[in-house]
Amino acid sequence: MADSQSLSQTPSEAFSKTSAVLERQRRAKIRRNLFYLALVVVGLVAPFVAYPVFLMKVLCFALFASAFNLLLGYAGLLSFGHAAFLATGGYITGYLLASYPGLTPELGIIAGTLVATVVGVVFGVLSIRRQGIYFAMVTLALAQLVYFVYIQAPFTGGEDGLHGVPRGELFGFINLSNSLAMYYFVFAIFIFGFAVIQRTVHSPYGQVMKAIRENEPRAVSLGYNTDAYKLVAFVLSAALAGLAGSTKTVVFQLASLTDAHWHMSGEVILMTLLGGVGTLLGPITGAGIVVSLQHVLGQSPLGNWVSVILGIIFVVCVLSFRSGIIGELARMYNKNFK
Amino acid sequence: MSADEARETDARGAFVLETRGLTKEFRGFTAVDDVNLQVQEGHIHALIGPNGAGKTTVFNLLTKFLPPTRGEILYRGKPITNMKSNEIARMGLVRSFQISAVFAHMTALENVRVALQRELGTSFHFWKSEKTLDHLNERALELLEEVGLREYADTLTVEMPYGRKRALEVATTLALDPIMMLLDEPTQGMGAEDVDRIVELIKRVSKGRTVLMVEHNLSVVSRLCDRITVLARGSVLAEGDYDSVSRNPLVREAYMGSDAAEEEEAQA
Repeated sequence: MADSQSLSQTPSEAFSKTSAVLERQRRAKIRRNLFYLALVVVGLVAPFVAYPVFLMKVLCFALFASAFNLLLGYAGLLSFGHAAFLATGGYITGYLLASYPGLTPELGIIAGTLVATVVGVVFGVLSIRRQGIYFAMVTLALAQLVYFVYIQAPFTGGEDGLHGVPRGELFGFINLSNSLAMYYFVFAIFIFGFAVIQRTVHSPYGQVMKAIRENEPRAVSLGYNTDAYKLVAFVLSAALAGLAGSTKTVVFQLASLTDAHWHMSGEVILMTLLGGVGTLLGPITGAGIVVSLQHVLGQSPLGNWVSVILGIIFVVCVLSFRSGIIGELARMYNKNFK
Repeated sequence: MSADEARETDARGAFVLETRGLTKEFRGFTAVDDVNLQVQEGHIHALIGPNGAGKTTVFNLLTKFLPPTRGEILYRGKPITNMKSNEIARMGLVRSFQISAVFAHMTALENVRVALQRELGTSFHFWKSEKTLDHLNERALELLEEVGLREYADTLTVEMPYGRKRALEVATTLALDPIMMLLDEPTQGMGAEDVDRIVELIKRVSKGRTVLMVEHNLSVVSRLCDRITVLARGSVLAEGDYDSVSRNPLVREAYMGSDAAEEEEAQA
């Protein structure tokens, strides 16, 4: 072990790690920050290159998939009911903005997110004690319950859904009918959501969460009430999924049953697995690919075959590259450049 | 009640851990039958017995990983029968597991630090940076030093040799400053060299604490333990120090035909 330690370190750091390790971590951190900065720049110029509504759709689903990944990838819980949170956020925001013309879109989004969070607490309390497939089944059953509520409830417009939700004026003075303004608003929400996830993963809570995922009985024997920690992850994930749904409603000016359907819960699993579960960039990549495929195939003669093609991709992904696109890339990178 | 408070409010009773009529039935099969166990303060107490004797079940009952069908468990004179696993861990009664229980994709330092960080009370703070945990690194390294793992601090646990993982588990347990440690087969699956190292380690860390261990390796038991309880078919067959237990004809009979019998022969 190297014994030369730079003077700038605090004694505890000097004691804890050798300078070589610290230096390596510092470089990796700079590289990571530069990489994120580059992504932000790409995000900022993207609407000048691509169709903004398409990009906004990608961002909404990227946030949704990232929220799902927080639960599956970092807490090890497979939820099959995340559509309920996406739809709840969407319906509440849509209903409020359509019914109260004075309400600004950011307040509508906050309200939608809060209600989705409350639904998340209810789901979480009822399901968190179950393990594995039983957990997935309980969340699926609850999400189906929510689906039927949204078919019947008067405020959702039933089979027709909510249409013509006004985008309104952000903070009362930025007109969101301008698609560039709308795009940057969505982009800011996405960055916020991503930052929350990134911080959660690298927080004191994130450490305990990781320990629980690695070995739950051991975490219990260290005195942690693991159900409570898992519940926090579940509620955070539900809240961010709700945020994605609320934002999506403002972008497309509609909320429909498609978002509440169990297909949507499946689609988010596909996005996350395809991109790479347990990686921060995986769900974003996966969402981008799935949304792009739907977009491209939807306009081609293969339009009716979208589900089949996505299904085949899913099978190939599970059979041949289980760690997803980003997971595989990270492995190749680590093998060749380290 | 924290471990410190538990230490202070100690009734100074003779037994740290005591069971009364502890029974566990699984759908008509009685795995543990009316076990009365008394572990004296400061002792290293071994729970031995042939395969299927119910040792691990007793362990899971004591640490609340299983609810007992009947009977009572007293820790420092207080009933803990209806408490949860994580609650008794906070009272200083900490267990280890048969299969090495480490957090594989965390470094050795992080493994120990996860145990230390609970006391900070920030473990639900998902909005804080994990850098707020860095001041625990020093203590974590001391603990790693204590079990001879200082140079593994930044190694991912999954890459460590088996024996070292067991040592890391001991360091993680020590991080909680337990009053009593329950070790489930601490030397299982180890080579002779690793066994010696773990025996020394247990001897060292048991100073000022009480240890209850399940152990198959009778040479380890004879070297470490002050008192031995022999279980067979779910009930207590014999109790005493190593010499009296190993001379007991009932014990010898119970062990016949099992793997442990050979070890015992070799020992005698």
